[in-house]
Amino acid sequence: MIRKGKILSHDGTDPSRWQEECWKPFVAGHPERAEDFQSASGIPIDPLYFIDPADPGPGEFPFTRGIHPSMYRGKLWTMRQYAGFSSPAETNVRFRYLLQQGQTGISVAFDLPTQIGFDSDDRQARGEVGRVGVPINTLDDFDELLDEIPIDSVSISMTINSTAPLLLALLVALARRREIDPARLRGTVQNDILKEFIARGTQRYPLEASLKLVVDVIEYCIEELTSFYPISISGYHIREAGSTAIQEVAFTLANGITYMEACRDRGLDLVAVGQRLSFFFNSHNQFMEEIAKFRAARRMWADICRNRFGIEDDRACQLRFHTQTGGSTLQAMEPANNIVRVTIQALAAILGGTQSLHTNSWDEALSLPSEDAARLALRTQQIIAMESGVTDTADPLGGSPFIEELTDRIEAEASAIIEEIDNRGGTLSAIKDGFIRNAIEQSAYESQLASDSGETRAVGTDQGGEIPEAPFQVDATIEETRHDQLAHYRLERDARTAEAALMRVEETARQGGNLISVMVEALEANCTLGEVSATLAAVFGEVQDHG
Amino acid sequence: MARSGPIRILLAKPGLDGHDRGIRLVLRALRDAGMEVIYTGLRCSASQIVKAAIEEDVEAIGLSSLSGAHETHFCEVSRLLAEQGADDVLLFGGGIIPQQDVDRLREVGFQCIYPPGTALEKIVDDLRSTLRPESSAGARKT
Repeated sequence: MIRKGKILSHDGTDPSRWQEECWKPFVAGHPERAEDFQSASGIPIDPLYFIDPADPGPGEFPFTRGIHPSMYRGKLWTMRQYAGFSSPAETNVRFRYLLQQGQTGISVAFDLPTQIGFDSDDRQARGEVGRVGVPINTLDDFDELLDEIPIDSVSISMTINSTAPLLLALLVALARRREIDPARLRGTVQNDILKEFIARGTQRYPLEASLKLVVDVIEYCIEELTSFYPISISGYHIREAGSTAIQEVAFTLANGITYMEACRDRGLDLVAVGQRLSFFFNSHNQFMEEIAKFRAARRMWADICRNRFGIEDDRACQLRFHTQTGGSTLQAMEPANNIVRVTIQALAAILGGTQSLHTNSWDEALSLPSEDAARLALRTQQIIAMESGVTDTADPLGGSPFIEELTDRIEAEASAIIEEIDNRGGTLSAIKDGFIRNAIEQSAYESQLASDSGETRAVGTDQGGEIPEAPFQVDATIEETRHDQLAHYRLERDARTAEAALMRVEETARQGGNLISVMVEALEANCTLGEVSATLAAVFGEVQDHG
Repeated sequence: MARSGPIRILLAKPGLDGHDRGIRLVLRALRDAGMEVIYTGLRCSASQIVKAAIEEDVEAIGLSSLSGAHETHFCEVSRLLAEQGADDVLLFGGGIIPQQDVDRLREVGFQCIYPPGTALEKIVDDLRSTLRPESSAGARKT
């Protein structure tokens, strides 16, 4: 029989190694949320329970049980709901509403033209302006988006990839306009172009040039924005594209390896890089497997940092991550059932030790979320945080034979996939030769067939019911309004200054220099995001998807 | 005028949407069902789609959009097809399309709009029964 272990004995005897070496020194500097934790019936709750006191605990390499010693006893995860639609002004209203409701960070969804680098009045932007996110083309747009939001204290996360350097430059320019030291900016840019090629589709420039831009952002942040995460290496979209949980871990970490190599080739200090990387995973309904996935990913990444890249610094080996519940698991039929799915997925992310979380709204299988549904999604997190008690001990499922077995299996199988990618010459080759896309597509096909045959059909979807009307519609007149605004913006600016700034972007791109500073200057000279992107496209070329 | 031989289909992603999981599944299912399918890849303009459809002499065009831009792009494809005198080409679509927009798309010729999760077999059957009514009826008898 397994004898269960406790870290702290309540009479003060029997202190463990972890408690002495790791937990005590940490909580001395980072007090926990309460002096004592106990269950509703009054049972005392320890910071950690374990099988073997010799095993590494949370906050100890390889971080299987979490990256912080006290986990959510110290600080809850950041509740960060992804939002953005129609116009900067309307999105600003939603942001302020979410902050008022207790959200603790901002997460910006941009429309597709902004994500690819087209201004709202570009021919290629037709029909897309303000649809899946907010259009941002100028410094004025960005100022309006974050109006009255204190960017020196609220962290800003931006789902932006091809144009990540430009949105980062806009944030820096905005800080300067508001006379805030950019070093105080906190937040994340997604800046993960590899998974765009693999699964998400907003790539603009060829693979190598795209990777160079990613490293520009990382380098700039290490030097200038010391509290900002320059990349969020994302498995989310790989999973949405149909991968399994194991493939999600494998392809994401393989991309992480490629970014580390690119940073090393640039001559960056990998300890500094490792401390600034963040990750982004999906959470689906398979509760136990999802929990194990997060644990396995942490252990694997720590091992990769130490043994592949020789990083001695523990903190640089930590996999810190954001989670979003699984968009593709949401059903359009009987959509209120999605509230339950989201709750299960959110709980898995929390039991897996996530650092921040977005919970999907129940109506997202129908349209962008309505305000009521977005509030309910946030409330779901708050209920888990405040009412469930799962936050009162680190890694509560650690040591469960089933969870540990799943964790080991995911690690072994995902490691085998990474080895296969290594054998193909790395991620760039495995993207170019179609290996990664084909593997994801095969999994997507198998899961569709399983659903078609009824083997895995989602509850409430087989009665042939009607799909309800979409609760939220984007205002279709926004596109025209934006055309007028942009025309005015271009007319008002000093054309010669703008022109000269674009020339400097072009020169820097040709010379292979870091582009972020010249982008800041160009945006401050009132160049638009579309203009700077087109300038880069002229130098780097553009990619075309042929199916 | 019903044709014989393998059904020829063009699948396309109009606009900037990068979600291609669904269309790639449909591509595979239609090919597995013996149809000849051309897929354009991401970010195709309506005029590129119509040009390809005419050049490839397809009987149907399937469009996918999950970015909310379906109305602009789907309607434009339908309009250009009519302009080219190719409005006998069957149109169908898929993606996250609000119910309130489905009727409007039906008016411009989209017979079927398939939401995410639609059984692949249903799409295959619908195309067969519309484009090869006799042989699909025959197939059902055996």
